[in-house]
Amino acid sequence: MRFVVPFVLAFAAAVATSAASDDSAALAIAGPQSPATLSAFGFFDGGAARPSSRLIPYELRTPLFSDYAAKQRFIYVPEGAQIGVDADGKLIFPVGSALIKSFGYPAKSGGLNIIETRVLLHQAQGWVALPYVWRADGKDADLRVGGRRVPVTFAHSGNDLSINYSVPNKNQCKQCHSAAGNIMPIGPIWQNIAFPRPADARAIVKAAPALARLQPYPKWDDSRTGSLDDRARQYLKVNCGHCHAPQGSASNSGLFLDGSATGAAALGVGKRPVAAGRASGDLDFIIAPGQPDQSILIKRMESTDPGIAMPELGRSTVHEEGVELLRQWIAAMPSNTH
Amino acid sequence: MRKLALIGYWAVTPNPACIYHSLRHVAPMRIRDLLFVGAAFCALVQPASAKTIAVSPGEGAQERLQEALIAAEPGDVVELAAGRFKLSDGLSLDVNKVTVKGQGALKTILDFSGQQGAGEGLLVTSDDVVLKDFAVENSKGDGIKSKGADRIVYHKLRVEWTGGPLTTNGAYGIYPVESKDVLIDSVFVRGASDAGIYVGQSRNIVVRHSTAVENVAGIEIENSFDADVHDNIATRNTGGVLVFDLPNLPQMGGHNVRIFDNIIVNNMTPNFAPKGNIVANVPTGTGVMVMANRRIEIFDNVIGENGTTNIMIVGYRFPFQDPKYDPLPREVSIWDNQHSRAGWDPKFPGGAEIAAAMGGSFPAIFWDGAGGSEYTPVIQDDVPALSLGLKDVAANTAMAQPAPLARATSRPAGLPAIVLPEAMEAAIR
Repeated sequence: MRFVVPFVLAFAAAVATSAASDDSAALAIAGPQSPATLSAFGFFDGGAARPSSRLIPYELRTPLFSDYAAKQRFIYVPEGAQIGVDADGKLIFPVGSALIKSFGYPAKSGGLNIIETRVLLHQAQGWVALPYVWRADGKDADLRVGGRRVPVTFAHSGNDLSINYSVPNKNQCKQCHSAAGNIMPIGPIWQNIAFPRPADARAIVKAAPALARLQPYPKWDDSRTGSLDDRARQYLKVNCGHCHAPQGSASNSGLFLDGSATGAAALGVGKRPVAAGRASGDLDFIIAPGQPDQSILIKRMESTDPGIAMPELGRSTVHEEGVELLRQWIAAMPSNTH
Repeated sequence: MRKLALIGYWAVTPNPACIYHSLRHVAPMRIRDLLFVGAAFCALVQPASAKTIAVSPGEGAQERLQEALIAAEPGDVVELAAGRFKLSDGLSLDVNKVTVKGQGALKTILDFSGQQGAGEGLLVTSDDVVLKDFAVENSKGDGIKSKGADRIVYHKLRVEWTGGPLTTNGAYGIYPVESKDVLIDSVFVRGASDAGIYVGQSRNIVVRHSTAVENVAGIEIENSFDADVHDNIATRNTGGVLVFDLPNLPQMGGHNVRIFDNIIVNNMTPNFAPKGNIVANVPTGTGVMVMANRRIEIFDNVIGENGTTNIMIVGYRFPFQDPKYDPLPREVSIWDNQHSRAGWDPKFPGGAEIAAAMGGSFPAIFWDGAGGSEYTPVIQDDVPALSLGLKDVAANTAMAQPAPLARATSRPAGLPAIVLPEAMEAAIR
């Protein structure tokens, strides 16, 4: 796919605009001071449930699991600027753009209880990640660069789960959003995006017709969208590949789950642990083909112990459905593949 | 002779805190002499705008300390007050040229026993960082990790799992990885379920004046280039000092490691690593273990009271598919070490049989024979040394065809000493 379209397309995509003034957002995004409150950006009109009409909502076909939190994602692009797309389908945001993501859980009274909103700001000298925690009255959110634990109870599979939800600190934002030591958006990749407002997608495709040729990535939980292998790899890519990449936070592991692995060992198949410590749990291989119970990858996904659990950040519950997908994937591997 | 007298002392000292206190008397005598010069030098290089951010234990310590580590600017000092910081999550530092400094490794304690998230206690991902005079206790994963953090200095730190050797302890105590220029000086590490001091995939490394007690591996240099490990004490670990090279990693081909002037005694703590870990294969009672690697020098150490052997040189014995990886140890030289008792209880397959055939004791030095005679280590120590005669690196040690290794009459020219950037040495004066 890389060579189907010319390098760095710089396809311009016209995006939705509104008459609202962008001055406050531009100032807040530009830095270098990090606004103390989220309202300084003007992204929300007095509450997390009221995004500004200038924001473009989007969803991911396969999202990162974050303790079953519901997420609301938005793109902000400055007035008159345009989103580009590279040859791999990765969206390119002009300076002054922001990616905005709110995390919350269903409220008993209906709707979502939004806990926090994270912003990725594209400043002239690079990207900056900031976490904002919503106040109890829900009217504004405060910058919490040191992160925070917030007790949360939510219903899952008929049970109430209580966790200490983790708002990441600013450095932890970077641990995941990092490439060669610099902050980067993890995606978003066109093939993994869904726009709830069809006009937003149409506007991008209109300006970048080559996108129409890119097949959407599978949805991890929908077998009609891809094979078991495709869906499992897509799940790994989204949930693990941001660190387990040659330029990512887990580069030293030699375990690459971002799609870059060229051999079985780099994907974990028949690979012995390096720095897993007790997380290896008396098992020999990251992935023991045909044997999910003998695979460290499964063991670490099934743990909530911070010394064992993977991913290391943002997970204090087990993603049962994700584990099940990867169990099936490993079980289906012929046991002689290494 | 000073060291020999100490052997008995280390072997019987029961209390790690005593060991820590004693550590101060063992090695760094030069420090006092250099204090004046150091102080003057520091005054010169300190940026004019540098400030000190003070953080105390107590309510909200997690957020206050993490916010200080984020707010710090290059040149700043984050100064931790004495006391116990009760932390709920991992901490991280991502700003260059920051010093994090406590009031002493027994006085300022970062307590991670209530840790709910993150893979280590403290993570450093920036360059030119100095960590000194504090302790990290009972982190759920690794103690202090630094990744891609060039010119990092670890000085007078204590990383400890206070329950002693337990499988449930975190993996590495002090864990620099993928870094250039690493200095670990006067640290104390106890209880790591993998390696107390672990340097991985790095280059230009000095580990000195430090003590590793009751870890699976006391000190481990892995997939690294150019390291000096000297004037350390490794005791009551499963294995004292390890030099490993493993396949399927971004940096392979470990080489140029010197292990000298260390005390490596009584490493008899039963291996408590989870089975899948590579160090789970270290036989209890190992002094120094070299696996794969090229150009390793082991000299002027005091090594003894290790039940399997004092020095072991072996190939990487597991199957691997990595054409760039070399499983054989090459160019290993051993001289002028002082040995005491070793090999009365060799803990590897076939070890007991060989010991019985040799009159009850396994030799103080052995090589598995991997690769054949051209890979024979150069040995000039005055103790029995043995080849297991296993030319095939994957052969089972129970199939050994032991043969004595002759004492070498000459050895190649030595490796040069590791030199670190002057600012790193200045940072600890």
